[in-house]
Amino acid sequence: MTDAGFETSDLRVDPTGSGPNRSVGRGRGGVVLSAILPGVPQLLVGRWGVGGLGLIVWTALLAVLLTRWTRFAAGWGGPLDHQIASLTVVAGLLGVWGWSMFDVSRPAEVKRTGVGQWSLAAKAFEKNRIAVLGLIVVVCVYLIALVTPLVTPHDPATQASLVTARLVPPGGEFPLGTDHLARDVFSRIMYGARISLSIGFVAVGISVTIGTLLGAVSGYLGGWVDTVVMRFVDMVISFPRLVLLITIVALFDSNSIFMIMAVLGFTQWPGTTRIVRGEVLSLREREFIEAARALGFSRSRIILRHVIPNVLAPVIVASTLGIGNVIVLEAGLSFLGMGLQPPTPSWGSMVADGRDHLLAAWWISTFPGLAIVLTVVAFNLVGDGLRDAFDPRLRT
Amino acid sequence: MPLLEVTDLRTYFTTDAGVARAVDGVSLQLEAGETLGIVGESGCGKTVMALSILGLIPSPPGEIVAGSSIRFNGEELLEVKPARLREIRGNEISMIFQEPMTSLNPVLTVGHQIEEVLRLHRGLKRREARAAGVALLAEVGISEPDQRYDSYPHQMSGGMLQRIMIAIALSCEPRLLIADEPTTALDVTIQAQILDLLVSLQQKHGMALLLITHDLGVVAEVCDRVVVMYGGQVVETGTTEEILSHPKHPYTQGLLASLPGIGDRDVRLNPIPGTVPSAVDWPEGCRFRDRCSFAWERCAESEPDLLPVVAGASRSARCWLVHPDESSIDRAGKPT
Amino acid sequence: MVRRLLGAIPLVLGIATIIFFVVNLAPGDPALRFLNPNMTPEVLEQIRVNMGLDQPVHIRYVRWIGALARGDLGFSFTSNRPVLDIIKELLPNTLVLSATAIGVAFLLGILLGIVQAVRQYSLLDSVASIVGLFFYSMPSFWLALMMVLVFGLFAYQGQWFIQFPPSGMQSVDYAFLSPMAKVQDRLMHLALPATSLALVLAAGIARYTRSSMLEVIRQDFVRTARAKGLSEPVVIFKHALRNALIPVITLLGLYLPFLFSGTVFIESVFAWPGMGKLVVDSILERDYPVIMGGTLIFAMMVVVGNLVADVLYAVVDPRIRYD
Repeated sequence: MTDAGFETSDLRVDPTGSGPNRSVGRGRGGVVLSAILPGVPQLLVGRWGVGGLGLIVWTALLAVLLTRWTRFAAGWGGPLDHQIASLTVVAGLLGVWGWSMFDVSRPAEVKRTGVGQWSLAAKAFEKNRIAVLGLIVVVCVYLIALVTPLVTPHDPATQASLVTARLVPPGGEFPLGTDHLARDVFSRIMYGARISLSIGFVAVGISVTIGTLLGAVSGYLGGWVDTVVMRFVDMVISFPRLVLLITIVALFDSNSIFMIMAVLGFTQWPGTTRIVRGEVLSLREREFIEAARALGFSRSRIILRHVIPNVLAPVIVASTLGIGNVIVLEAGLSFLGMGLQPPTPSWGSMVADGRDHLLAAWWISTFPGLAIVLTVVAFNLVGDGLRDAFDPRLRT
Repeated sequence: MPLLEVTDLRTYFTTDAGVARAVDGVSLQLEAGETLGIVGESGCGKTVMALSILGLIPSPPGEIVAGSSIRFNGEELLEVKPARLREIRGNEISMIFQEPMTSLNPVLTVGHQIEEVLRLHRGLKRREARAAGVALLAEVGISEPDQRYDSYPHQMSGGMLQRIMIAIALSCEPRLLIADEPTTALDVTIQAQILDLLVSLQQKHGMALLLITHDLGVVAEVCDRVVVMYGGQVVETGTTEEILSHPKHPYTQGLLASLPGIGDRDVRLNPIPGTVPSAVDWPEGCRFRDRCSFAWERCAESEPDLLPVVAGASRSARCWLVHPDESSIDRAGKPT
Repeated sequence: MVRRLLGAIPLVLGIATIIFFVVNLAPGDPALRFLNPNMTPEVLEQIRVNMGLDQPVHIRYVRWIGALARGDLGFSFTSNRPVLDIIKELLPNTLVLSATAIGVAFLLGILLGIVQAVRQYSLLDSVASIVGLFFYSMPSFWLALMMVLVFGLFAYQGQWFIQFPPSGMQSVDYAFLSPMAKVQDRLMHLALPATSLALVLAAGIARYTRSSMLEVIRQDFVRTARAKGLSEPVVIFKHALRNALIPVITLLGLYLPFLFSGTVFIESVFAWPGMGKLVVDSILERDYPVIMGGTLIFAMMVVVGNLVADVLYAVVDPRIRYD
């Protein structure tokens, strides 16, 4: 990363919005095609990553719209999550449509302006097929989480007849079976996605903010500040994190989703702090920081405007990987009965629900666990892909 | 029969940018006990050629193209079984490398790294191997060899490490020693010592030496014959004296012109303009023509063969200038 | 080395302080669990005094740290035994489980990582990378449940050739078994929990070993080793591996907290009487001395593990010396 390599304007570049620009699929034909099936023109020119993503999102949302029209229409007057779901469908459809047409009609030259670090990384990322696959899964999981109220076949908390619909094996009316309280496992998994993703997102947001600031300050200032911060980091890292978490959650009786987010977030930061500090230490000696100091900028200005933007790449990687980590931890807390309280459907507590019925109904534990694995694998793939994309040594 | 006979060696690497023809049709011969210098800038394929001889080209991405031949003592090295090749390596053909600091394993004692070869190839027991190893250290001029034997590489200087590399290479009295820029990474004062050591040991043990270097001064001091490489090819061969006094290929002339002589401190050095092109796309025609001050149309049209400078002699050069057709053309200003 | 040991003391002290305040500043009154309708407020107050809860927090802190220095972790609120006795009883079980797991994990992970690095870009490498990523992303409690389901329950139902006991540390009739059968019985009970713990760790270790090994086998001294005529196994296992292991050793320190978090789940799934289960149970019971003692032991094991990693570091890498 060079001082000149960082361009704030490039931050807005969609990480997948680049690729070989060929003339096929452009022009009027492309516009028409993208009006009918957005994403296809991009697929045709070999940009299968963005194209596939666009096409999948668009067709999925369209399918939701067509098959769940009544719920979609009713959604506007319903509870907040229904409104959000309906809004997501509309915004998603229009968004993909508009992006595809705009992308096709734009002349090729305008597209790649900067050759900064971000667009290089975006290009490298798009070449990494398995990482793009991970990104597609991540986007799909987010979409599911947003439109859940429109698509679930059953209400997650409503119990069917305990006599006839308890522990029903997968298939038919209940695609993934029912649990011991005759609730539909499939619907509960979809609702569980919301919990996992939002906790993952917010907790990592908190931890990244704390971690980046502490790491940057500690690395930049050095001296006793650095010593104190790093000793503290050592201490927190020496804890078996889970033990600390269950202690806090259990003793403070803090089972609200916000509390869980906060607790996870406030214990996640040491890793980020270490990474950022390491980067800053090497950055501190670089000429452009020297220059900023020579120009008489204040410390806080140098840290916020010059240091932090230059450590963003490793931080982004760490947070992507961190989301996976937090999702697993949250599931663990719920599994031990210390997470969100029933009947809130959380993947971890669903796995725990199935424990007592493992032999009679293997599906109760198995499918939520698979959902966790799939989501976390996707985040890890994206994180690994980003790391490779940001690493100039691997870029040719 | 020559000790080493390389014929039409081609070593290619598959890279993202295309196929890199690092060594592209090299032929050379080396008699027993002879010292042959391989000269050229970085990126000319010298090291790759040396590694090819020992079968040390990582594959993939590297590949020795069919039709190449490396005969050592009459044995075709490109066709022998891996087990036989390992028998030859370190035993009949040894190699020392450019970077002594990174060429020894940092976590093993230097003694261990010497002993390993002695026990493998000469079947010595641990105690015998130690005695032989200490004697070798003494032979390569390491003081207090008994103590040094148990040191780790990080406790030694580059010059000492190169001596140790030489000790390892000589431990089995090889018939051929390949030295890949053995002095480049060392301090100037150490360079001469190491070179002297190499030469004296070579004479003592009567082995052949293939000395890879970009330093014509070293060549002048040590070598019997010289092979000049450029662009993965041999561009000129001959005895050291002939090459140094009457270079025929403009590249050799360029290398000589860029060499500072003693006493002429007021004379400006004349470096060869430009850099070695990428092995992925060598220029069409003569590979040196972009940097050659004599290049004309013919150099772009077709690639010259390695042509004998004087019919029947061992001298040859890969340049249209030495072609019989061109001998009548007057090339004014050509340095000789 | 001594300096390192001394350096660990403030670390442990700091950890103990964090533990103490997290536990003691939590809302809720542990004495209330003894409450019954016939109790007068005086009795409740007496219980508080007995538990030492009548004192202000800072006094309790000084007392606790003081006792800690003498190796006294206090009495359990619930079982009325010294915390140290309880830990002495359960710690070996946890150590057996985690030592087996970490041993298996490093062995498996390092071997897999080497094979992947040596056969880079092969089908085996890609398959192992993908499968590894799945295990790496797996919650250990779910993996444990799936292991129980398949190798414990399905295997039992289907009368498979190999079946593993789904819970506990030993069979009911353990006392009546012959010595050989006892060992076998313990090993069979250890198999599933240790494997569940180990697989998740091994996946991470393999990833790390692979990249570390890939870096090492490109280095000059590996080429030298080959040029000496050494066989490929010697080049890889003797020359390359020792260098590649240097960064992998740091994982030992990094993975210990992760491992002990894992034991909390695994011990709970397999009803394994160990520290993890103890801590979870005592948290639910609000048994402050046991929570603090158990957590402290966990943290100290991590600190000790890091010291062990430092020593191993010096053993493997001669460039590092502690005086």
